[in-house]
Amino acid sequence: MKGRSRWMMALIIGALVLAACGDGDGDGDGGDGGEAVECESVDEVRLQLQWVAQAQFAGYYVANDLGFYDEQCLDVTILEGAVEIVPQTVLATGGAEFGLAWVPKALVSRNEGADIVNIAQVFERSGTLMVSFADQGINSVADFAGRTVGNWGFGNEYELTAAIEQEGIAADVELVAQSFDMLALLNGDIDVAEAMIYNEYAQVLEAVNPDTGELYQPDDLSVIDFNDVGTAMLQDAVWVNADWIADDANVDIAERFLTASFQGWIHCLDNFDECVQVVLDNGSTLGESHQQWQLNEILGLVFPATNGIGVMNESLWDQTVEVATSQIPELDGVEISDDAYRTDIAEAAIANLDGEDTDGDGYERRDIELREGGE
Amino acid sequence: MTDGVARKTGRWALLSPRTRKNLSVAGVVLTLILAWELYKLIWSSLGWIRPVRPDDVVMPHVWDMVIELFRPVRRGGNLLILDLLVRSLWTLREAVAGFVVGGLIGFGLGVLFVRSRLAERAFMPYVVASQTVPILAIAPMVVVWGGAIGLPQWMAVAVIAAYLTFFPVAINTLRGLRSPDPNSLELMRSYAADPSAVLWKLQVPSALPYIFTALKVSATAAIVGALIGELPAGFQNGLGRALLTFSQQFAVQSKKLYATVIICAAVGIFFVGMVTLAERKFVPHRETLEPEGEMLARASAGG
Repeated sequence: MKGRSRWMMALIIGALVLAACGDGDGDGDGGDGGEAVECESVDEVRLQLQWVAQAQFAGYYVANDLGFYDEQCLDVTILEGAVEIVPQTVLATGGAEFGLAWVPKALVSRNEGADIVNIAQVFERSGTLMVSFADQGINSVADFAGRTVGNWGFGNEYELTAAIEQEGIAADVELVAQSFDMLALLNGDIDVAEAMIYNEYAQVLEAVNPDTGELYQPDDLSVIDFNDVGTAMLQDAVWVNADWIADDANVDIAERFLTASFQGWIHCLDNFDECVQVVLDNGSTLGESHQQWQLNEILGLVFPATNGIGVMNESLWDQTVEVATSQIPELDGVEISDDAYRTDIAEAAIANLDGEDTDGDGYERRDIELREGGE
Repeated sequence: MTDGVARKTGRWALLSPRTRKNLSVAGVVLTLILAWELYKLIWSSLGWIRPVRPDDVVMPHVWDMVIELFRPVRRGGNLLILDLLVRSLWTLREAVAGFVVGGLIGFGLGVLFVRSRLAERAFMPYVVASQTVPILAIAPMVVVWGGAIGLPQWMAVAVIAAYLTFFPVAINTLRGLRSPDPNSLELMRSYAADPSAVLWKLQVPSALPYIFTALKVSATAAIVGALIGELPAGFQNGLGRALLTFSQQFAVQSKKLYATVIICAAVGIFFVGMVTLAERKFVPHRETLEPEGEMLARASAGG
């Protein structure tokens, strides 16, 4: 009894010492790989993500882990997003120099007083889908009439509400709150579910169809893509604090940051497996095939890039503003000023990447084989 | 019949108290597992889906959860249990740091309050009020402030653990310090003992059983605080992150989520167990306030 308790004490002390010695708080310092670059000084900057490490942010992790930021004399700390962390707020309060945010959400934050500017529209396409089972015969937004349609709320629903309004069926659609897992669709509680093409849609394809004992196949599902409906809104973009970017020295930092970040994304076009591995190295709980799927689809949202990666496509900006001001109550009647985005820094970054495939014209999605549970 | 019962009771009585306790703990665990599996069996054979769907996603078999622990976290990755044990160390570090800081603050407040009625009257309402503010509301603020003054992420998480820890310790320390017999106090005074001698020679020793009871409650609160604090902190190495990513993938990864919950509970039980061992060392057994089995049960429910 005495010996036993002493043994236990030794165990806990050992465990605590181990825990206390453990280092590596996860803030990447990159450093391995890449060419040796002589830097007169290294600028430390932080990038705030919207969510935890996953392939959605592959370009930044690749730039960090493969030393592209080092080559630009930057020391970048990637701050993972989490529950209740809003990158726009973090930017406004000076908690990070760069932040990722969807355009409509950032417009709301701007309207609420967060003075932030879009310096690179990295995703040119929206990743939002409406997914239903094929046997339901829901093949267009018009078919939503009389159906139960799930959505996430929290500002993720406006592409849907705009599409329903455009179709003139707002009164006939039952909109219900949906959680971020896809159980409600799988269990038949809702007829149509909102899903990101790079995440929740894949989760359905990672679930076992009880009728066949195999995973659900794309043929089992009917998918409506908001890019085709015409109510798509721009999503992941790099934002900075307007005061911070007013300083020319910071414009230079931003240009170097975008150069290396774009280089990271472009690197993934030809080094797909390496990029997936970088993502997996940054999150031990992530599934391999799920991240392969995600990177494949994310690259499809970035490339081909009409004006080169990160440079705003003006007509899509106008479409986003139009949908946002008509659908988002906080933006009702608000004039969105043109200084909400600028393209000069992204254009300069692209000019630095002479010889690289900055518009990814030939990008085609690979065939990804999902495994059960995304493993 | 009566004979059989008598014989069984007899055998039960023959077992050592320790064995009896272990058997009853095992009995509770077995009953819970049985209830889970029976619900699953009955509901799925009758086709009922309320209140909870009995399918393998929402209610996986208990053995599948355990098997999941010994499968790779992903293809070619470490076993899930190894990944979770490493994460446990990080979460324990935050919890222990918060527990120590919160415990010291709680003890200090208890001493302050027993010394000064004025301080007690002035601060006690705020101490109580602090616990009515939901930790979920406070956690993001602590993380933002911690970041602003340059605290490492894990320390911001520890602050949240400390916030949950200090209250039970403060209240029970105060009660414990007031517990000595008035006659003993008078005796000390008659020896002209100064206040610090009264505190350390009389009040603290008689407060120890109270303090340890509070520490056992706080141990689980510290673990809960660490788990909750990791979420807004964006802290990637702890159990909280595993809970977050697996719950996001619940529709396809539910076994991993349940497996993680099992490990979280185990960490809480482990921590309380350590405090109980310390209590045995410092407090004579007959003076402990509550049977520890009861405390353990409460602790694991909380963790």
